[in-house]
Amino acid sequence: MIDRYVMRGIAVTTEKNMRIYYRKAPVVIFGLLFPLFMFVAFFIGRELEIELFFPAFLAMTLFFTSSSVGPLITPWEKQARTFERLLSYPITVGTLVLGDMAAGMLFGAAISVLVLLVGVAFVGVGISSIVLFLAALILGAICFASMGVLLAAPASSSPSNIMMLSSLIRFPLIFISGIFIPLGELEGLRLATSYASPLTYLVDAMNHAAGGPTSMPVVVDIAVLTAVSAVFLMAATAIHKRSLMKGL
Amino acid sequence: MTSKAYALEASHLTKSFGALKAVDDVSFSVYQGEIFGFLGPNGAGKTTTLRMLTGLLTPDDGRVAIQGFDLQTSLVKAKMQMGVIPEVGTIYVDLTAEQNLALTGRYYGLSRERIAQRTKELLSALGLYDRRADRVRTYSKGMRQRISFACAIIHEPSVLFMDEPTEGLDVQSRRLLIDMVLELNRKGCTIFLTTHNIEEANALCQRVAIINKGRLVALDRPETLRSSFEKTQSVEVSFDPPLDGDALCGGHVSKVETSGDKFILYTDDLHGTIEYVTDIARQRGVRILSLRTRGPSLEEAFVMLTESTSRGCVIND
Repeated sequence: MIDRYVMRGIAVTTEKNMRIYYRKAPVVIFGLLFPLFMFVAFFIGRELEIELFFPAFLAMTLFFTSSSVGPLITPWEKQARTFERLLSYPITVGTLVLGDMAAGMLFGAAISVLVLLVGVAFVGVGISSIVLFLAALILGAICFASMGVLLAAPASSSPSNIMMLSSLIRFPLIFISGIFIPLGELEGLRLATSYASPLTYLVDAMNHAAGGPTSMPVVVDIAVLTAVSAVFLMAATAIHKRSLMKGL
Repeated sequence: MTSKAYALEASHLTKSFGALKAVDDVSFSVYQGEIFGFLGPNGAGKTTTLRMLTGLLTPDDGRVAIQGFDLQTSLVKAKMQMGVIPEVGTIYVDLTAEQNLALTGRYYGLSRERIAQRTKELLSALGLYDRRADRVRTYSKGMRQRISFACAIIHEPSVLFMDEPTEGLDVQSRRLLIDMVLELNRKGCTIFLTTHNIEEANALCQRVAIINKGRLVALDRPETLRSSFEKTQSVEVSFDPPLDGDALCGGHVSKVETSGDKFILYTDDLHGTIEYVTDIARQRGVRILSLRTRGPSLEEAFVMLTESTSRGCVIND
């Protein structure tokens, strides 16, 4: 059972991150503007059915927004010299990692729900299974927020370096995950590569929820997202512990 | 749980970074309600030790207990007992003073009402209540350090760790902080203070420990240590025309060093050495261009203490 110290530590860390980091420029640029630009670049001037691509676009939005907060927090705290005091509070590294993950998860989920509402209201997007949609949304948000925290784990005190590293890792993923080219149209090495990306499973789960074209059973999508989230969180905690004092 | 007679117990703390042994087998205890000074020059291992005492760094060897809670096995419970003021005024500049205090209070599980009450008490005592709604980025260094102090004590810790708390502060902020530390101590709070300011440690601390090159070289009452420091007094003198340094050996002078065109004469008797120097100048027919006495510096004290430690006569717990 998680004790009250851990729950309190996660809640307060999440609140702190929301208050301080949601409005930081890198979060707005990499979390909000980039998915919008990608959408515009892909759809403008092309004869594409937006309803068909909407689940993938939603997955991309969730991917970018959820993973944009985590990489910023630790390097920013180290640069601002607030990290040492933070570590002196009655929390553990695990609590800190979960609080950082929760901040990214809530940011990603909130923005994605907003995008979905716009899609439903103006584009006529339909959701065939709201339960599955919510499960995919929450799991996807946890998975990519954990990835964001993992990217910050080896952090020094330079937010710009970590944001560059995170872009270097995040951008290739959107091109191999069935967002712009459906998985059914991929084969050989390109198909095999796409299975290595956790984003592929979120896109597929979103398609299941929206009644779109799918490539795998939804159970596989959910299982992979859960497992990858756990691996990201455990790796983030282990690396954070090792590099805690780096850059202080 | 271990003994509660001590607020803090550190035993055989050791920490290496690669080939460098930053802290080497350091052991000491701090009594309940004591103000304990931890002195050392830059790079001596003060901050590494402090980070191990506050649970930020895990020692390679040894253990720490705060109010009986072992840091290895009861980290969060031990941290609940302590307040920490890191060296740099580390608070969130994007938040207001009130928000910083509320955030800290929530980490320690204080109720909303208690946070409001403590915020008002502390900001009023620190002269910042009128600025409570301003973002900290608009504050001066002294004001930030005062908020940092308030954050560290909002939950009324039983042990307060302070890392160079008055470094670079204006006189007003410094005196305010020292007064509040003494007031906290009167109420029973144990204070652990790291500093390289001997005078500050002498004025505040009941006992001090001195660390050098990762090893504890002295632990005693300040006055006892100061009596050791007295032997590192020196007289700085220059002559016209210059003299040979060998001519100055003798009397109470234990060592002669040259520094530019001056000599530094180490002694345990300033008065006798000044008379000795003036006698030599008279005998040799040279003029004294400058002469001043120098108190014991921390570095000089360290040299002496390290030598004394090798003779095994300084550490008295």
